[in-house]
Amino acid sequence: MDFTYTLAIIGLPFVTFLLLGLLHNKLSHKLAGIIGSSSLFISFTLSCITAYFYFFKYGKVDGAYQKIEAFNITWLQLTDQLHIDMGILLDPISVMMLMVVTTVSLMVHIYSTGYMHGDNGFNRFFSFLSLFSFSMLGLVVATNLFQMYIFWELVGVSSFLLIGYYYEKPSAVAASKKAFITTRFADLGFLVGILLLSYYTGTFDFAEITKTNGNELAMTMPTGTSFLGLSIVSWALILVFMGGAGKSAMFPLHIWLPDAMEGPTPVSALIHAATMVVAGVYLVARLFPVYALEAPDALNVVMWVGAFSALFAAIIACTQFDIKRVLAFSTMSQIGYMMLALGVSQYGDHDGLGFMASMFHLTTHAMFKALLFLAAGSIIHAVHSNSMLDMGGLRKYMPITFITFGIAWLAICGFPGFSGFFSKDEILAAAFHHNKTVFYIAVFVAGLTAFYMSRLFFSIFFGKTQHYHHTPHESPASMTIPLIILALFAAFAGYIPFHDLITSDGRPFEAHINWAIAIPVTLLAFGGITLAYAFYFKPSTMPDKIAASLKGVYTTIYRKFYIDEIYLFVTQKILFNVVSQSIAWFDRHIIDATMDGFATVTNYASESVKELQSGQIQKYGFVFISGVFVFAFILIYVFVY
Amino acid sequence: MIEGIDITHILIVSTCMFFIGVYGFLVRRNLITILMATELILNAVSINFVVLNKFLYPNVLQGYMFSVFIIAIAAAEAAVAIAIIINVYRRYRTINVENVHEMKY
Repeated sequence: MDFTYTLAIIGLPFVTFLLLGLLHNKLSHKLAGIIGSSSLFISFTLSCITAYFYFFKYGKVDGAYQKIEAFNITWLQLTDQLHIDMGILLDPISVMMLMVVTTVSLMVHIYSTGYMHGDNGFNRFFSFLSLFSFSMLGLVVATNLFQMYIFWELVGVSSFLLIGYYYEKPSAVAASKKAFITTRFADLGFLVGILLLSYYTGTFDFAEITKTNGNELAMTMPTGTSFLGLSIVSWALILVFMGGAGKSAMFPLHIWLPDAMEGPTPVSALIHAATMVVAGVYLVARLFPVYALEAPDALNVVMWVGAFSALFAAIIACTQFDIKRVLAFSTMSQIGYMMLALGVSQYGDHDGLGFMASMFHLTTHAMFKALLFLAAGSIIHAVHSNSMLDMGGLRKYMPITFITFGIAWLAICGFPGFSGFFSKDEILAAAFHHNKTVFYIAVFVAGLTAFYMSRLFFSIFFGKTQHYHHTPHESPASMTIPLIILALFAAFAGYIPFHDLITSDGRPFEAHINWAIAIPVTLLAFGGITLAYAFYFKPSTMPDKIAASLKGVYTTIYRKFYIDEIYLFVTQKILFNVVSQSIAWFDRHIIDATMDGFATVTNYASESVKELQSGQIQKYGFVFISGVFVFAFILIYVFVY
Repeated sequence: MIEGIDITHILIVSTCMFFIGVYGFLVRRNLITILMATELILNAVSINFVVLNKFLYPNVLQGYMFSVFIIAIAAAEAAVAIAIIINVYRRYRTINVENVHEMKY
């Protein structure tokens, strides 16, 4: 089977980007929307075809899914062995990501035609969306670390452009800069990791690095050299994970994600919920055999960072009032879950349950979180406010948004039968077998998730009905249809048999619902929902009373544990004042002064001799003739006599 | 050969002419006078050519030829110089070189 046509999946959004970007003043908004959406629709269809052929026809050889290089060209030949390629790699996780990215991107494109209607920058918005889709698709099919790094930066740029879409707003500009600088800082680690890994293995190629013989890595990794007690592979992979943590908003590099909500809501749904932020998870999954077989220490780091971020973000999410920020922290928490799942996984067969669960949760989360964001966008569109304090009783006005949001809410809470239930259960089962502490953290986070999501849901749709300036109304069909489609995915994605399709070693294994874990966790989730019901379903003073009685703790959580302030302190007070200022002083007083000195001396010298050029030819003549006399004397008295 | 006159006498005359010309060129402020000083210099050289040709190489004519060249060139030069001087006068209403000093730093 020739998979070369997959080039079109990536190429089409790029062509669309160029088209919309170059003709952006000439095209009408309607046409731009149609071009953007239809090119994504073609990409989506091709991805479906690819997935069908890969999973059900040609991908499996001897009972295991193979890595297929659909397309490959050598881009830079550095040495005989080391070369940078550009290509398309198809394996279970990249095909899965193709599906996820094109699905969500298509939904967001359609939704945006309604949401951004009448906006001046409509065409700019769509060209950036296409740029993002291109970069993200290029990232997931990357055949080697370096190609991934290039597209990794490209998604960072498109994220920057889209967060700063409302560039007249200073807060949006600040948020886009913050996101870009934070992720760039993390990517420094990624780059060093890539260089370390490729230096010791001599290749960038994923297929070569992660090739396995049974439960052994085919390539011998340098384990001998160590630094601070960890092998060089562990260090390389921890540094690579640093890049992943930056993109995936893991503690302590998460600070950009809540601010990134300054971008338009469809962007938050596409980039900051479903696709770009899971790139870190995808990166770890890509290199998973190396993590699992050669660097268990690095995998432990992944696990703890994931578990801590999940808990940390879930706690903050309980106190926020901006609905998009609640969802942002929820995203961070759920991505922490995926990282945790990878961290507790091992390689091969049933031990690789965590890997499967992580990819499973990535897919279901992409669906229900994109849905939550798009529904939130629909609400914001109707109410013209981000704060849940301005909302309440909206179920009467916006029935479709209410129902679809409700489905996503049930999915994220882990209500039995909905997608989140299945994926979360697999993660918890994997954690239970590996590390009890992490398991209890994960269970607690599941309860918290149910609580804060129910808080959000009840505050928006029930609670006190507000007096709205103009009565909120349901959004147009271009916005509600994507909501309905995503709601179907969010409800039923849990029935996809992931353990047959996506496993750590490519071979299917048996997995069932672990009722012993599922029942208590579901009960805990119900507990969370009930608590939120008691507090927020009807207007109640209880939450305020509790907040008042725990004033210090509440404020700390509400201010996000002062992490932003700590960053500001470190950068402004320490870096700017101490380091940068002294460097600036050196630059101004030593380097610049030296250069100024040269100029001053030259200037002074020429000032003092410029009188010689008087414009009087007779003076020049006098000098000339005096010279002739002098030379004549020298000639006569020195050389002749 | 000119009877009773030595080559040194003539050369002394031409040297005097030359240095008078140089002196005039350097110290005079009137453009016309400066032009006259250059004519003196040229004529001194012309005399040298003729004399040296006559006294040292009586059988050839290059020296005479050169002096004829110099006379022709001096005439052309005088014409150009006077044209320039007239233009300078029209512009500045003076031909004193100290007042014509635009070509300086």
